[in-house]
Amino acid sequence: MSFQSYRDDPGNPWFSWQYVRDNSDTIAEALREHATLTAEAVVIAALVAVPLAVLAYWIRPLTGPILALSGILYTIPSLALLAFIAPYVGTTRATSVLIALVLYALLLIVRNTLAGLNQVPAEVRDAAQGMGYGRFGRLLRIDLPLALPGIMTGLRLATVSTVALVTVGALIGKGGLGDLILGGFRNNFYRAEIVTGTVLCVALALVLDLVLATAGRLLTPWARRRAS
Amino acid sequence: MIAEDPIQQAVTWLNDPLNWTNPGGVLDRLGEHLWISAAAVALGCLVAWPLGLWLGHLGRGGGVVVMISNVTLAIPTIALLTILPLTFLGFGQRPVIVALAVFAVPPLLANAYTGVREVDPEARDAARGMGLSGLQVLRRVELPLAVPYLAAGFRTAAVQVVATAALASFVNGGGLGQIISAGFGLGIATGGGQILAGGLLVALLALLVEVALAGVERVVTPRPLRRSHGRAARRAASATGGA
Repeated sequence: MSFQSYRDDPGNPWFSWQYVRDNSDTIAEALREHATLTAEAVVIAALVAVPLAVLAYWIRPLTGPILALSGILYTIPSLALLAFIAPYVGTTRATSVLIALVLYALLLIVRNTLAGLNQVPAEVRDAAQGMGYGRFGRLLRIDLPLALPGIMTGLRLATVSTVALVTVGALIGKGGLGDLILGGFRNNFYRAEIVTGTVLCVALALVLDLVLATAGRLLTPWARRRAS
Repeated sequence: MIAEDPIQQAVTWLNDPLNWTNPGGVLDRLGEHLWISAAAVALGCLVAWPLGLWLGHLGRGGGVVVMISNVTLAIPTIALLTILPLTFLGFGQRPVIVALAVFAVPPLLANAYTGVREVDPEARDAARGMGLSGLQVLRRVELPLAVPYLAAGFRTAAVQVVATAALASFVNGGGLGQIISAGFGLGIATGGGQILAGGLLVALLALLVEVALAGVERVVTPRPLRRSHGRAARRAASATGGA
């Protein structure tokens, strides 16, 4: 790392291509870690949250407890959650961050999936029943496809907030781009490093949001036809 | 297990009175945490409420309100916490308060806007018919009817700020998060208990604020409006949650 060149520069610029060029490896690695953590967290959260939402949809009395529990998890500050997990899982392992991220993403996906499922019109459900669909057949062919807009909304919200949350992992050095942000602050308040991390972080969130929005549109062609 | 159980350590840590009363102990940090949070929420209200009420009154800017909450959702808290001290705000608590206020704005703004928009158009027409001016309609009709929404937004924002204020410790900004960060600095063998104890304190504070403000929200909501409107307001705010 050509640390000297920065110190020679009298100013502390908000952005510097020199910094980006000299540290492209570090930046790419941080970006990769960030994207991986986000993807893993959202996928795991979705695999847990969608079945939970279906459970709440099938067994109404479970709706209250499931939503309340994930609501309480959501209220617990991210730093506190990390503090509960890290002593047991390891203070330098990305797994600690991943568990916290999954717990946060859960609520957003459960709530939106459930809202999507509850919006399936009663007549449609009756018609499916009349056509002889069983419980699982109806779920896979009728309920879940119709709930897709809700599920996609949940996934998008979860993804965008997870991208921002990953940075908290910087506390234990596993924060992806957060490591750049905090590293820049600790490294003599080096602005270019902080801003590069921030810009990439926001850009990653926007790109992933756009990808999911497009995927959602492609998955629900009937919604587009109805709108036009 | 060779090392002492972290929970045991945490209990020991919490039971040491010096950890509470020392300079930089729990009581000091709690004071800082509450002061930073209160100032941030107050600043957020000062900006978001007039703007939200006014936009709601005009019936314009709904897109802007949604956009603001979407954009702030994507900005990492620690980015603002590290960038603001390097601007004219300088180091210390001031940049922390401003950073937290930025994240308090979306729920406050969205609920103020929705609260005014949800006012029965007939009530507004009646007020107009009685000869009230635009500003009078806002102050005497729309504002009182929007109070349940304002309270819901306040609760969401305050809980979020109290939770996020823990991150101020990343930039040495004080607050209860400082206890957790210091614990991580000590390493897991000696600091494990302190990390857990700090986490417990932060989580308890957030849940306490949530419960207390839920009570306030109930009290300021007129009885006929309680169930359906309260829930609608929470839904309006839900899109902007996150710590």
